[in-house]
Amino acid sequence: MLNPIEGWRGFLARDNDDRVKAYGVAVLVAFVCAIVISTASVMLRPMQEAHLEAERQARMEAMLDTLPSMRSIMQEAGVDTLETRLVDLASGTFVSDIDPDSYDAQAALNDPEQSVAIPTEADVAGLQRRALYAPVYLLESDGELLLVVLPVSGVGYQSTLRAMLALEADLNTVAALTIIEQGETAGLGARIEDADWQAQWQGKQIADGSGEIVISVVRGQAAGPFEVDGISGASRTGNGVANMLRYWLGDHGFGPFLNRLQQEGL
Amino acid sequence: MAALMKHISTPLINNNPITLQILGICSALAVTTSLSTALTMSLALTVVLCLASGLISLIRNHIPSVIRLIVQITIIASLVIVIDEILQAYAFQISRQLSIFVGLIVTNCLVLGRAEAFAMRNPVVPSILDGLGNGLGYSLILIIVGSIRELLGAGTLLNYVVLTPVSEGGWFEPLGLMQLAPSAFFIIGLLIWLIRTFWTQQKEAVKFELRTRSVRS
Repeated sequence: MLNPIEGWRGFLARDNDDRVKAYGVAVLVAFVCAIVISTASVMLRPMQEAHLEAERQARMEAMLDTLPSMRSIMQEAGVDTLETRLVDLASGTFVSDIDPDSYDAQAALNDPEQSVAIPTEADVAGLQRRALYAPVYLLESDGELLLVVLPVSGVGYQSTLRAMLALEADLNTVAALTIIEQGETAGLGARIEDADWQAQWQGKQIADGSGEIVISVVRGQAAGPFEVDGISGASRTGNGVANMLRYWLGDHGFGPFLNRLQQEGL
Repeated sequence: MAALMKHISTPLINNNPITLQILGICSALAVTTSLSTALTMSLALTVVLCLASGLISLIRNHIPSVIRLIVQITIIASLVIVIDEILQAYAFQISRQLSIFVGLIVTNCLVLGRAEAFAMRNPVVPSILDGLGNGLGYSLILIIVGSIRELLGAGTLLNYVVLTPVSEGGWFEPLGLMQLAPSAFFIIGLLIWLIRTFWTQQKEAVKFELRTRSVRS
């Protein structure tokens, strides 16, 4: 008969150089540590996410501040924040039966019912899945669209990048790009968070005359309205940012929504 | 009791982990630009060091020597991750400022050094006290360096304005150098000099004497 207490004593009494003891101690230490970390992580997650959400809000506010005249337009329009709407990405229409404030895009992404696999050929941003619905933030005045802010994400060099892309009323000119989350190499790719780098995006054009998305992050000197200077030593991060925009503004991303806005307005 | 207290008092100056053992310099450079980050880092490291020393000492008789370093690192790393999660939940701004340096407590030679040198061979209580003493010794230096750098670099202490800078109508011209990493080297170097002037037993014997006589032809 195997008595657990006896077995445990026997295990402890084994010589420290014994192979069973070495494996046993390694497994036990790893197991206990894993339990402790998982518990801490799961219990503290809601508080951490609240902080991240608050930071996202603050960055959104900061982005609005970087846009010239945006605050005064908002004041004239009598709004102090952007209107949040949910968009069905496939059809490009607004979703009216879900409250956008209670919609959790991250949870939707992890739910097979609420997300869809991205076909490999369309998956330039390396995301593999996307949620069916996405929130968009609109600024309008008397029914006329002034600014639309789209949440975008994509895979960079070693992390998932998340950003807010603000488009002007023509839906082709970048008003601002703000990176809100990244874990790229510190000092190289991580510099996409620098205000100087992000400021370059202002006024760039997404698609050329034929409607093809041509914006790119280039090595060396950027020329023309479709190019942005890359960061030396971080070309893959730069490509990640460009691919992220290509995906999200393309047919599988916000493309249908932007087309609908262009043709029908709000 | 006095013998136990010695575990706390010796690492403060006589065997200070930074100025005598020259361990943990990397984080001492990185997180001392302001006093508040230095304090948080000190607290995080002291807690990790105490807990790690205590836990490792608790199971020291059952750690096979072939895998002892891995077991020690696993325990230290787990504690660090938990502390990092707690900071992210309760002190979000500070955890942003400390960024990767909390995570890097794992690689701080100080923690592994105490585990390997002391906790593996001593009972639980002295090990915890040794961890506490070394943590406090590290904290002492971090707090001194952090205070000097924040005061001279920005004219503030814990974000309270002490010396009003010229830009705000005062007389004080902030020293930009103090906000850069090299200044921490200078301050730690000066501290080591100061300590060795008063605690002369810390002076190391001269290993290589300069020749003064010319070579005979």
